[in-house]
Amino acid sequence: MNQVINLKTPLTDKDVEPLRAGDRVTITGIVYTARDAAHRRLIDLVEAGKELPFKVEGQVIYYVGPSPAPPGRVIGAAGPTTSYRMDPYAPRLMELGLKGMIGKGKRSDEVKEAIKKYRAVYMAAIGGAGALMSRAIKSARIIAYEDLGPEAIRELEVENLPAIVVNDTVGNDLYIEGTEKYKKK
Amino acid sequence: MREISTQAIIDAVKEASISANYELGEDVVRAFEEGIEKEESPVGKDILNQLIENSLIARNQRIPMCQDTGLGVIFVEIGQEVSIVGGDFRSALEEGIRQGYKDGFLRKSVCHPFTRKNTGDNTPIIIHFDIVPGDKLKIWVVPKGGGSENMSQLFMLPPSAGWPGIRQRVVQTVAQAGPNPCPPTIIGVGIGGNFEQSAILAKKALLRPLGSPNPDPELGKMEEELLTEINNTGIGPQGLGGRITSLAVHIRMMPCHIASLPVAVNINCHASRHLELVL
Repeated sequence: MNQVINLKTPLTDKDVEPLRAGDRVTITGIVYTARDAAHRRLIDLVEAGKELPFKVEGQVIYYVGPSPAPPGRVIGAAGPTTSYRMDPYAPRLMELGLKGMIGKGKRSDEVKEAIKKYRAVYMAAIGGAGALMSRAIKSARIIAYEDLGPEAIRELEVENLPAIVVNDTVGNDLYIEGTEKYKKK
Repeated sequence: MREISTQAIIDAVKEASISANYELGEDVVRAFEEGIEKEESPVGKDILNQLIENSLIARNQRIPMCQDTGLGVIFVEIGQEVSIVGGDFRSALEEGIRQGYKDGFLRKSVCHPFTRKNTGDNTPIIIHFDIVPGDKLKIWVVPKGGGSENMSQLFMLPPSAGWPGIRQRVVQTVAQAGPNPCPPTIIGVGIGGNFEQSAILAKKALLRPLGSPNPDPELGKMEEELLTEINNTGIGPQGLGGRITSLAVHIRMMPCHIASLPVAVNINCHASRHLELVL
């Protein structure tokens, strides 16, 4: 396995362009949580020409709806949710400067094209390893849509959040390549 | 008649919903360990190791193994000589889930289909009642995640499709799902019955502990055949390529209409949560 690449948020083209599908990365800094309902609201704001609750440029969105924090912890379990449900919204956010997405599962052709066009990266975290992932989260603060409960937008401070690059700026897709490699006829 | 109080039911369901989410079954952990032996991909091996670590963290630190603590699904087998006292049975089951999700810091994942407004207490829940002989009450608490449920499918095949048609649809369902349902998965297959019964059979098939044989050896052979074909797809742990796409295939079958061959495929993620209670 290759060496682990340490990424610090916010990200720039320079951080994103050398990344290739299959690279193992760790992410440190601020990431924002958003899933289905929050994405719908973000895009409604964009279409109405209004300001978003956080500046998207250079940022990383983590597709996660954490479980509630028990006493003495900053967050509950916090693994990725399936990303395709955010596909209708993701290209617009990349156009606004979103640089990274963390989730699990396949992306649409439109999203993969947008990743190339706007120089972004899609990374997978281990789905279902919510307890393990929560160790990388140092603080969590709701910044918008508290009424959405688990779907509220949270600002997370993460330290060495582990992920693997799936879709890169040159059009590679680890899901397709990985499966092809181990397929038995 | 043997009396069982609604309070005993509330308490048992509450505890089970918390335990099911904090403590991954030994059968699943054992399947991970066996998977590590068979997995050819180094990334795949690494993921299976991390899933074992995840289950230990959840168990020891008393937090859910996965943030998707599921929709509350309950199977009930109530002996016809049991009388429920102290309130109504359905409300007791729902109250158990409500209390478990609140006190266990589990995620509330139920919302209005259109407005998407969260109901706030993880209710309503899905309950399947069955009446059986005897004076026991059996309850299976089965929190079910959304990611794997979304990748499940149901087929009303023509009878001429037969076993080859069933096999093709099951493998196709898993192949199309790819990384989305959090492989390594467990595949429940319901064959026969009718439209809704095939889906219930598929979900019930997921309750069987991993590593235990199908009571019908013929179905057991079919399960092996399906598992081999699924693991030849190369999807692997988390869909990143590898051998262990699914840990097991479980089939349940019953007779069906002479015109029909219903087949339901219910996918479960590796966070296979199910607890059996006997009251």
